[in-house]
Amino acid sequence: MSKVIAINPTQDFKDRTRHVLNDPGQRQNFRGAMDFLQGKRRAQFPDAEELQGLRELGSQIRRYSLANLPRLLEQLETKLTANGIQVHWAQTPDEANAIALAIARRVEAKRIIKGKSMVSEEIGFNHAMEAAGIEAFESDMGEYIVQLAGEAPSHIIMPAIHKTKQDIAKLFAEEVPGVTYTEDVDALIQIGRRVLRHKFAEADIGLSGVNVAVAETGTLCLVENEGNGRMCTTVPKVHIAITGIEKVVEKLEHVPPILSLLTRSATGQSVTTYVNMISRPRQPDEKDGPREVHLILLDNGRTQAYADLELRETLKCIRCGACMNHCPVYARVGGHAYGTTYPGPIGAIISPHLLGLETTYPLAFASTLCGACAEVCPVKIPITDLLVRLRNEAQARPDTEDATLRGSGAARSLAASTVWGVWSQVYSKSGLYKLASWFMSRGRALSPSDQGAWTRSRTPLVPAPKRLRDLIRDHNEQSKS
Amino acid sequence: MSARDRILDKLRAAPAGPAPVVPDVPGWYARHTASLDSAQRVAALRKALEAVKTEVHEVTDANWTTVLLEIAAAKGLHQLLIGAATAHGEAVAALAPADLQILRYAQPVDAWQELLFDGVDAALTLARGAIAEIGSLILWPTPAEPRLMSLVPSLHFVLLDADTIHVNLFSALRTEGWHTGMPTNALLICGPSKTADIQQTLAYGAHGPRELVVLIRQSRGVSA
Repeated sequence: MSKVIAINPTQDFKDRTRHVLNDPGQRQNFRGAMDFLQGKRRAQFPDAEELQGLRELGSQIRRYSLANLPRLLEQLETKLTANGIQVHWAQTPDEANAIALAIARRVEAKRIIKGKSMVSEEIGFNHAMEAAGIEAFESDMGEYIVQLAGEAPSHIIMPAIHKTKQDIAKLFAEEVPGVTYTEDVDALIQIGRRVLRHKFAEADIGLSGVNVAVAETGTLCLVENEGNGRMCTTVPKVHIAITGIEKVVEKLEHVPPILSLLTRSATGQSVTTYVNMISRPRQPDEKDGPREVHLILLDNGRTQAYADLELRETLKCIRCGACMNHCPVYARVGGHAYGTTYPGPIGAIISPHLLGLETTYPLAFASTLCGACAEVCPVKIPITDLLVRLRNEAQARPDTEDATLRGSGAARSLAASTVWGVWSQVYSKSGLYKLASWFMSRGRALSPSDQGAWTRSRTPLVPAPKRLRDLIRDHNEQSKS
Repeated sequence: MSARDRILDKLRAAPAGPAPVVPDVPGWYARHTASLDSAQRVAALRKALEAVKTEVHEVTDANWTTVLLEIAAAKGLHQLLIGAATAHGEAVAALAPADLQILRYAQPVDAWQELLFDGVDAALTLARGAIAEIGSLILWPTPAEPRLMSLVPSLHFVLLDADTIHVNLFSALRTEGWHTGMPTNALLICGPSKTADIQQTLAYGAHGPRELVVLIRQSRGVSA
């Protein structure tokens, strides 16, 4: 049984962050991995003009798809159904799990083998299946490692990025029967291969995510390097794909630019080893492939983001992970500190819709607003603008037009709103500003030495002895004399 | 009201916003597709494939079977899986030495899955085409050459006709009109299976083939 990962970002965010910051080993793992991924991505885009043009095209494709989302989802459903793929809709994680469970019960499934799917993490799929007595086994090497360790992925593309080969060697020696300790990466991968080959052959159902769903042809596109995704979608007699409602594009010709942006931004590859495009279940004259293919389309709060034109931009995301690879905060605290399925900048802007702002608002503040995420985003999501919007939502007065989301106003406190209320008065009235700044500079000795989080690792902030206007006046008087 | 209707209703109730720009994908590729002749396509494909540990051999109509069987012998293969009644498969079978067992994918996998997983060293399939820029082979598995042939055996031989190499994915799916009829499964394959999930260290042979051998056959003219 895998552990259930409790999602409670608010309560534990600071504790988890402190924990990682005090762990030099983990920090080194993340720093090394981020440098590696940044370098790989940079090498894929030597032509800055091509990169900007392709990002603009990617952004246009995603925005166009979202603008036409209800029509495209219906077209996708019609086309998939005509192709023989069964389409299911789920508003919540529970509904999605219930759909998968009903399929599993009907085909009397005992074992499910899983390709990499962040949406399945989002809905707590493994736990739901295990609670119903069905084994759900991860087959992506990174996911297999974190499942074996009873952990959650710490990165959406490289789930075991927080672990060293020594950690994995120890884990395999302890958890995989008949395995002796080895730090040789090839040997470790071959151990995983051997264990999982049996799992593919034994599984009754294969579960996968979807990278892009094409409405005009009814095609599910999946990218991967390992071949486990192809195994999961080809070997078991039933294939269940699960994805968020936002992943659809209208035309097949929209796929090449999105794929190019996705793989180059994610892992710095011009293409992954496999691009797997599935359009129907096994046909009567075919000799392999699943006899049933299902697609579960999940909402889980995405319609909340969709309802707001600014926040809708969040749904353009193609889940490449480039924003987290370039985030100075993610690089220091790692994925687990966020406490959500999707960490990093994308996690901070998507999680409030999935889980509510009341538990996720600290993530919007876990950013320096440096803008690196928005600069590398292959589909030009204005991530920093959205972080600021979510900060405002978190502080908004409930029941006003500023509070539009589930959990808006959750971070609002009397002290903070009073301070900012006074600040805004002072800064918008010049007489008041003059007076206030005079008192601040003359009363600098009264500055508190304990300034909360700021002074935990910094010297206290003290106003200057003279205001800028005083310095200018002094300067002008000196030049006159 | 069903979950479907609730989701679609919420989406329909959302503000429409300004009309989005219609993405001009053909226009982008008209400006960003290199003009490569046949030799340049082969060279680009070869370079991209070799960068991901793929063995590439340029062969002719006359010698490709011999080349393939020599590689099989050098690698000490004991079994080779070919499609059911394919001309290229039978051409190899006809010349195969006694110590190379030829297996044909004649039965649905359900009848012989264990043997496929544990008792087949290599498989041969014909590619539908390839993409020079990204070094990907295009495979549309067929009833004769099913999906698992390119996935389960440790070594995958691919026979590719040089005149089927496209410059990029867009030109492949545009010229061949993929949108008018997708197969059950269409695949792009670039190299043997691999992973960098352990400390960013690249390791080949994750779940699929450990080796990919591509035979680029020059036989049907030069332009694609």
